[in-house]
Amino acid sequence: MTLDLPLAFAVLMGAAILAYVVLDGYDLGVGMLMPAATDDEQDVMVASIGPFWDANETWLVLGVGILLIAFPAAHGYILGALYLPVAAMLTGLMLRGVAFELRVKAQGWHAELWNWLFWFGSFLASFAQGYMLGRYVTAFQPGWGYFFFALLVGAALCGGYVLLGATWLVLRTEGELQRKAVAWTRWGLLWVALGVALVSLATPLASEIVRDKWFDFPRTLGLMLLPLATLAAWLWVWATLGKSEWKPFAGAVAIFVLAFTGLAYSVFPYVVLGWLTIWEAAAHPSALKVVLAGALAVLPFLVGYTVFAYRVFRGKARAGLYGH
Amino acid sequence: MDAGDALLLARAQFGLNIAFHILFPTLSIALAWYLVWFRVKYARSRDPAWLATYRLWVKIFALTFAMGVVSGITMSFQFGTNWPGYMEKVGNIAGPLLAYEVLTAFFLEATFLGVMLFGMERVSTRVHIFSAAMVAIGTTLSAFWILALNSWMHTPQGQVMDGGALIAGDWLQVIFNPSFPYRFTHMMLASGLSGSFLVAGLSAWRLLKAPQDAGALTTLRAGTLVAAVLAPLQVLVGDLHGLNTLEHQPAKIAAIEAIWKTGKGVPLVLFAIPDETAGRNDYAIEVPKLASLVLKHDANAEVQGLDAFAPDHPPVAPVFFAFRAMVGMGMLMLALAWAGSWILRKGAPRWLLWAFAGMTFSGWIATLAGWLVTEIGRQPWLVTGILRTADAVGRVPEAALGASLAGYALVYGVMLLAYVVTLTHLAGEGAKA
Repeated sequence: MTLDLPLAFAVLMGAAILAYVVLDGYDLGVGMLMPAATDDEQDVMVASIGPFWDANETWLVLGVGILLIAFPAAHGYILGALYLPVAAMLTGLMLRGVAFELRVKAQGWHAELWNWLFWFGSFLASFAQGYMLGRYVTAFQPGWGYFFFALLVGAALCGGYVLLGATWLVLRTEGELQRKAVAWTRWGLLWVALGVALVSLATPLASEIVRDKWFDFPRTLGLMLLPLATLAAWLWVWATLGKSEWKPFAGAVAIFVLAFTGLAYSVFPYVVLGWLTIWEAAAHPSALKVVLAGALAVLPFLVGYTVFAYRVFRGKARAGLYGH
Repeated sequence: MDAGDALLLARAQFGLNIAFHILFPTLSIALAWYLVWFRVKYARSRDPAWLATYRLWVKIFALTFAMGVVSGITMSFQFGTNWPGYMEKVGNIAGPLLAYEVLTAFFLEATFLGVMLFGMERVSTRVHIFSAAMVAIGTTLSAFWILALNSWMHTPQGQVMDGGALIAGDWLQVIFNPSFPYRFTHMMLASGLSGSFLVAGLSAWRLLKAPQDAGALTTLRAGTLVAAVLAPLQVLVGDLHGLNTLEHQPAKIAAIEAIWKTGKGVPLVLFAIPDETAGRNDYAIEVPKLASLVLKHDANAEVQGLDAFAPDHPPVAPVFFAFRAMVGMGMLMLALAWAGSWILRKGAPRWLLWAFAGMTFSGWIATLAGWLVTEIGRQPWLVTGILRTADAVGRVPEAALGASLAGYALVYGVMLLAYVVTLTHLAGEGAKA
């Protein structure tokens, strides 16, 4: 039996993107929640994500890198079609990345400006990612309806990231800020419920391929486990909120993993919906083999020291940590 | 619109991004090693002054690194958006090299960076020094893979055709291609020099404000001494790199020296205004036969001119002037590093401090100039002899390219200003325990 290299890379790419969405999702969400907190609380919030955000964003480079390396034809096509939202997202990530450092190092109104840019960058990057997802699942079709659909997905993803960020704060902070984070989580949950419901209904309407995959009895009955499990995770977050510190975050991650699984099912085996499959877009096997060997050798270490970093920084976040 | 405008816009945008990006790794590679040094010094001596020095420079490093990460993410997207033809044609070689960069280096840096920046009170001294060393090794490995790919684009070897696709026949040949050892060493020395002038320059700035700051005097001396050792090495390696280029990319050398016609006993042009359309130099100041002597070690040897490569030779004026800017800045750095090392044994006169403060970012100018020489000097090829730049450009509409170019330029301008202002401010406050 020979290994299906394009399939292996599709799985790796999916794993990298999922890791990115969950990991950078919580820190983007914390960034979007900044205006709702006091100055002192903002410092604790930034301290809670400070040691991780660099590594979190690296997963985006890995995901896009696999797209570039393993499916070069799709990389050019997808990113060409998403040119402006990609530019918006990168601008947001850049502003935010330097604002991490500059909001504590700049003086007076400069510090205020970078604080604001930190929020704005987080929001812009999150919204642009959701917008791109909306364009992607509708195969980049032109028209106002598709445009508004993509805006809707943009808003929904912001809600999702806020949920991840708020539950992260429940886990990593204490006292008044933690109580606030509990309230933010409830708002995030409502926002996500609305968003996921609308997107789940709209995606099959917007894309024929997706519709055919989901509404194909009797397979549909088995597939219904996915939305049911998502609902269960949602209820679990709601029920455990205020009683447990880690369960809401775990539940929020579960919602993302389930939604992502549904998305992956919708799209597979296409890399560009309805136009390019992963096998059609794949690079030469010789290149894929070399990269796979490297990836398999490195991944255990990567997971190992990611766990190490999270262990070192376990426990509650404190302000001032970011002053180094 | 015509194809030329789209090509120019795509190049301008990619060039802007990569030029902005290269500023920060150039500094952070060297700074990472400086930090390992400061950290080990503190661990050995337990002197709080070293701890304060480490703390100051780790802040500067963190900001530099963050700038590098965010502009680097942009690069990974623009490969596909601006140059889809690049990945189509040589993706089977470029892809794995980029993948190895991300896998081995980027994660190493980004993950251990957290422990290095925030973990000093949370892990043992040994683990903390280990983390700092991993970050330094990671930044250096990043450069290794990126320069392997960049060098391969200049002097490709080891590739074979399989069906319609270009693939690697021998990876060792691809990685250790003819220009790689020279380019990698040249770039590492450039980083060492740029970082040393940053350390010396910001320390001098601090001493101008607080002459009694002993820690700043120590780091000023350290930066100056390291620069004094690296600068002459760079002259030597730069010359070897030039001879390697003459062997593999003679058209680039002809453009650097503005030699239009092949001939014997060719003069060395010190200064001129190259006239691209007429194919000659105006207002030239030349030294007879010196180009033949320098390039071939024989005053009467034949040197190939640009006419030997027409029409596939790079534009002359930008390569010619950028080369002189790089060499000029390099010589200035060498002179200041040597003079500074000598004078600083006795004391630190204010004029010298002003000179170092003024040269804080001199490494950037030399690095950017050198980068322009080598990358414009490769034109019209993207991968020498294999892929033309014009054939790799994408079909992104000009309006989108123009709008995003303006947006990036604005954001980069703000970021660069904020970076320089913040560094100056941090250094002005000095090291605090």
